[in-house]
This record gives sequence, C-alpha cells and structure tokens, in this order.
Amino acid sequence: MPNSPVATANHEVHDNPALLHHFATEQQQKNAASLGMWIFLATEIMFFGGMFCAYLVYRYKYFGDFGSASQQLNITLGAINTAVLICSSLTVVLAVRAAQLGKRTPLVFWLLATILLGLVFLGIKADEYAEKFEKHHVPGASFHYHELFPGQEKLAPADRQYANPHHAEMYFSLYFAMTGMHALHMIVGVGIFSVVTFLAWRGKFTPRYYTPVEIAGLYWHFVDIVWIYLFPLLYLIDRHR
Amino acid sequence: MATAVVETGERETYLNREYGIKSWLLTVDHKRIALLYLMGITFFFFIGGFFALLIRLELLTPAGDLVQADTYNKLFTMHGQVMVFFFLIPAVPAVLGNFLIPIMIGAKDLAFPRINLLSWYLYMIGGVLMLYTIINGGVDTGWTFYTPLSTEFLNTHVITAGLAIFVVGFSSILTGLNFVVTTHRMRAPGMTWNRLPLFVWAHYATSIIQLLGTPVLAITLVLVVCERLFHLGVFNPALGGDPLLFQHLFWFYSHPAVYIMILPGMGIVSEIVCCFSRKRVFGYQAMALALLGIAVVGFLVWAHHMFVAGISLYAALIFSLLSYFVAVPSAIKVFNWTATMYKGSITYQTPMLYAFGFIGLFTMGGLTGLFLASLGVDVHVTDTYFVVAHFHYIMVGGMVMAYLGGMHFWWPKISGRMYPEGWGRLAALLVFVGFNLTFFPQFILGYMGMPRRYWDYSKAPEFQILNVLSTAGATVLAIGYLLPMIYFLWSMRYGKPAPDNPWNAAGLEWTIPSPPSTFNFDEQPVVTWEAYNYDEIKEEVPVAQ
Repeated sequence: MPNSPVATANHEVHDNPALLHHFATEQQQKNAASLGMWIFLATEIMFFGGMFCAYLVYRYKYFGDFGSASQQLNITLGAINTAVLICSSLTVVLAVRAAQLGKRTPLVFWLLATILLGLVFLGIKADEYAEKFEKHHVPGASFHYHELFPGQEKLAPADRQYANPHHAEMYFSLYFAMTGMHALHMIVGVGIFSVVTFLAWRGKFTPRYYTPVEIAGLYWHFVDIVWIYLFPLLYLIDRHR
Repeated sequence: MATAVVETGERETYLNREYGIKSWLLTVDHKRIALLYLMGITFFFFIGGFFALLIRLELLTPAGDLVQADTYNKLFTMHGQVMVFFFLIPAVPAVLGNFLIPIMIGAKDLAFPRINLLSWYLYMIGGVLMLYTIINGGVDTGWTFYTPLSTEFLNTHVITAGLAIFVVGFSSILTGLNFVVTTHRMRAPGMTWNRLPLFVWAHYATSIIQLLGTPVLAITLVLVVCERLFHLGVFNPALGGDPLLFQHLFWFYSHPAVYIMILPGMGIVSEIVCCFSRKRVFGYQAMALALLGIAVVGFLVWAHHMFVAGISLYAALIFSLLSYFVAVPSAIKVFNWTATMYKGSITYQTPMLYAFGFIGLFTMGGLTGLFLASLGVDVHVTDTYFVVAHFHYIMVGGMVMAYLGGMHFWWPKISGRMYPEGWGRLAALLVFVGFNLTFFPQFILGYMGMPRRYWDYSKAPEFQILNVLSTAGATVLAIGYLLPMIYFLWSMRYGKPAPDNPWNAAGLEWTIPSPPSTFNFDEQPVVTWEAYNYDEIKEEVPVAQ
C-alpha cells in the first residue's frame, strides 16, 4: 500500500469518486464496510438474544400454557410469510449477482422484487395482528383467554384442564415483542432497500463498486434468519399432536 | 517530517481550517468530533457531580433534613444514570479514543467518519431525553431499573429515562463498531498487532464489550418501556414473569460495563507510565492479553450482583469462583506497571501523578472487589456503603483519575497549548486527597452496617463523624475537578504554545504537529519500530515549567 499512488494524505489525488478520502484503496474501503456490517449483525444477534433468552426461560417454566397459546396463531399465514421471506432472500442474492455483473435493469428489478416481498410479509403480519386484537389476545386490560391445555380435547368435559390465562398473556407478550421487533427491522430493511434501489436506478453501482447492495443484502438475510427461528418457536411448538 | 514545519504565519490545523458553527456540527473529522464529545461529557459530568454534592450534603446530618426521601431517591438514581451512561462509559473512548486511535495507528480518520458523527448526535439526543427526564421531575428507580418496581409501582419518568439510555447505548455501540473496524482495517504499513500502543489494545477490548453487551441492555430497557406503555408482561410477576430474569439481563450488560469504564483508563496509564519512566512497558504481550482477558472473563461474572437476590446456591458458587478469575489479568496489569517503573528514570509531571493515583486506587478497588466476590462477606456487606466505596474506587479513583491523566498528557496535542504544570500538580493532589477523604470512610461505614440509598440515619447517629469526613472530602474533590476545567480553558488562550512532542514520548501521535492538521499525516507513515521504544529515545522528559 505505501507505493500506491492514492496512499498520500492529500485527498484530492483520488480519481475515483466512490473512494473516500481516508482509505488507501477500494479494496480496503470495501473490506471495512463489510466488516462493519458483520459486526453490526453480531450486535443484532445479542439484541434479539435477550428476547430469545426470555422465551427460553418461560417456555421451560410454562410449557403447556405456551403450547396452548401457540395453537391460537394462524399457521397458514405464518407458513406463507416464511415462504415469502425465503423467496426474498433469493431475490437479494440475484440482485447482488446483477450488481457484480454490472447489469442495471436486472439489479433494479430484483431490488424492487425484494421490497415487494418485504411489503407482502408486513401486510400479512398486520392482518395477523388485527386477528389478535379481534380475539382479545393482545396483552393488557382487555386480554381474554379461555382455551384448553394441549391434549385435553379428547377428555370428558368435566376432566378438561384450561391453560393459565396469565401464562398465555406472557406468551403473547413475547409474541408481540419478538415479531414486533422483527417487523420493525423489516420496515427499516424496506427503507434501506428503497434508497439502494434509487441509487441503482441512478446508475451509481458498477462491478467495481456495489458495496451498498452487498451490505444491505447482508442485513436482509439476517432479518430473514431471525424469522426462520421465530416461526418454529412461536407457531410450530405444539403442532405435532 | 512534520517537525520540520517552519512557522511561517499560521499553520493550518484541524482547529483553524474552517470556522463557524456549521463547520463543527457537520464535521466528520474525528478530532473535532472528539472535542464535541468533550463538551457534552464535561456538561454531564458536572450535572452528575451536582447530584453527588446534594447527596453528600443530605448525609452531613443524621436527620433527613435537606431533601425529602423521594427527592433523595431521585438524586441517587440520576447521579448514577448520568455518571454511568453519560460520563463514565463514553468519556475516554469518545474523547481521547476518538482523537487518538486513528493517529496512533497512522490513519487519516476512523473507518466510518459519518457514523462517528451520528454517534455524537445519538449521544446528544439521549442527553436531551435525560435532561427532559431531570427537568420534569426525574426518575427514582435506582440506576438499575429493577422490576417490578420500575414497571408496576413507580410513577416517575421511567420511560424517558429508559429511552435516553437506549439511545445513548446505540451511540456506544457505533463508537465500538468504528474502533474495531478501524483497528482491523486502517493500520499503517508496519503497524502490526504486536506494535499497537496498549491504548489501542485497550479500546479494542472495550469495543468488544460495548458491541456484545450493550444490545442486551437495549432490548431489556425496550421490554421495560413496552411493559409500561403497552402492558406487555415479560417481567411482570402478576403474570408469572420473573424479576430475576430482568436482573440477569441487566447485569449481563452492566457488569461488563464496569470494564468498558476501566479498560480505556488502563490503556492511558500504560502510555503515561512508559513515558514518564522512560522504559518500554514490561511484558507487552501479557499486557495486551490481560486487556482481552478482562473483557472475556468480565462477561462470565454478572450474577455476583445477585448473590442475595434468590439465585441458586450452586450458580452463586460458580459466579463467585469466576469473579475471582478477574483478579488474575487485573493483577498482571498492576504488577507490570510497577515492573515498568522499576529502575526507570521517573519524573513527576501531572499525568504521572494521576497514573500513580490510578494504580494505587485501582488496586484498593480491585482488592475490595475480592471481598465482594466471596459469598459470605458479600452477604454481610450487600447494599451497604462498603459496596458504594468499592465501586467508586474503581470508577472515580480508577477511571476518572486515568481520564484526567490522559487529558493532561494529550492536552498539548489536542489544543496546541501547555497547561500550567504547577496548577496541574496541585489539582492532582487535591483530587487524590479529596477522593480518599470522601470514599475511604465509606468502607468503614459500610462495614459498620450503614446501608446505601438511605437519606436518614438518625437511628444510628454514630455514623455521623465518618459521613462528615466524607462530605468534606467531596468538597475538596469538587475543587480538584473544577481546577482543571478552569486552567484548561485558560490555557487555550494564554497557555504556552506546545511543541510537537512536549514529553519526548514514543508513538505516532507525537510525530505530527500540535495541534494536528485535518488529515493527521502529510504522508503515509511506515512503522519500523516497536511500541514504547524508549531505549532508542535518548532525551529525557523536559523539565516542567
């Protein structure tokens, strides 16, 4: 690097406008950006980790009640949303590939497809939330829960046990905290991708410089992976009966 | 080299390159951002200090006569929150780290200059939220926000205080992220990991804690805020929620946060001790590994804050044992500083006085930490003034001493002016005497059984004499803190212009002019020497003026 023509303090000598003044080479700048995003994702794992830890504690303590409350989620919508997000990860990869090859039209197309899939996910999520409000499954003063303990349907009515509504409220607290925080990350992701799409449409990216596409993609994949864990933990834990 | 710059008119520096409020508020220069932080941090230091003085005044007499009990609760809560989150955690990294890390590794700036500015704005937004909380009547949960007290039973401004700390936490995360990426990707040719100044190693270790710990506090506070706003019930015992879970999540960050506060101070002390002993640091690699060791082991000891909270005895035993392990790397550091000074050519300038203070007071704070790590003694002194004295020996005796030492050491580089050495030594003496007078009596008070967080001790008037000593010490300490602020400001106009290397110190930051130019280096430095090569530097530290 010391022999590189751009490795001087005089920042005017750079010929590449994408290279910021304090970096010596494009490769150094790109490596810094992607390392930064990976480290940020590590902090995100710790952020969601706090909620996963809380989930673990209460799922262990209130095993049956959580199973009962989990039955109240709409598994069809959850499964569709899982498929939507997996597809969106594919469109992100195709967008990065298009950026690497310098193909502007496919790049913009795949970015827009990603945003669309993200919005579909959020729309379905909003519909599920509305259902929770209708059924009074939102924690708070109007919370109401009167459902059986798992596996009690086959018993005679007099023998049936009902899940503890407090513990079910705990489940729904975690449900809203975890999916709500995930949805917030999706909204931020859609915002980031809108900016990246705008820049791509303006032709800012070349096969030499497409770092924003790549690191936005990393973020998107991370948010997808969080959902891949949320879906079984919240929707599937009691579906084997 | 830069030292050959002839003084023809006024040299362009980062300070005079541009003028006007916009050139500061929109700057992406790490040195200017460091000064922006310095202003914010000094402001909050004096706010937190004001609360501390009110606490000490209340405790001057056994009766609860100066303030009401509720007000007293708010005072110690906001003293803790302001000092921990708005002073201790950001102080050294955001001011000295921000200013020095790029220069020390031979870079023109941090890897992400705009994110650096963003983290200052986040700090200020958090600060405004905190001020809003204070002005609107404050918060009285204790700085720990323990549930269900904070979620179910109090009606003070928990939400805004929680959000303030949430926001300022992201400032801390982004600073840590910037430092890690900068240390990995921006080092000058020849600046290998084994040649990094220990100051940089210390910030690297600190950043790892900030990155892995802060998000857990962030989500915990979000859940507390959601519990108040939307009635989510994650910590609510009425729904079967577990208050211990909150404590685990809170201390998972807030114990390592202690090391966020002290590790940068250790970095500063290593620089100062080497310079004023004219010796290479003893056991460089052990010193660097000890910093990382404290960061790693620090993540495994949090539940020693919960020995009496009802955790299982077996968990308590494990956490007690692990807490002892922190003493190993800490002792390595203290022994190696002493070994560095051994047969060194020591001079007693102000920064060195602060470094001496740090080593002694940190040792006392650390050793009393061992008392608290042992289960039996901890049960006896839990929630007494013994604990208060212990962590103030680390936080104030350690971290604030190091911060002031570092400010004096690098002030010539930052401002281009020398501070008045005589006043500097006097202030260092006042801080040391005032500190010990304030906090040593608290060890005895705590061992005698005086509980913390009480505003009235009229049932035990025998505690008064020690409390009077403590309050008198706090007054001396306050003067010791005001003095540097006054003479630093004075020196900006009237101080003697600083040479490039006033201490004949090693390190890249002393090879460039004081104050530096905007891009730090005129040409890319190439490092061919080891850190602290004082055996190759023949000159002694110049005699103080």
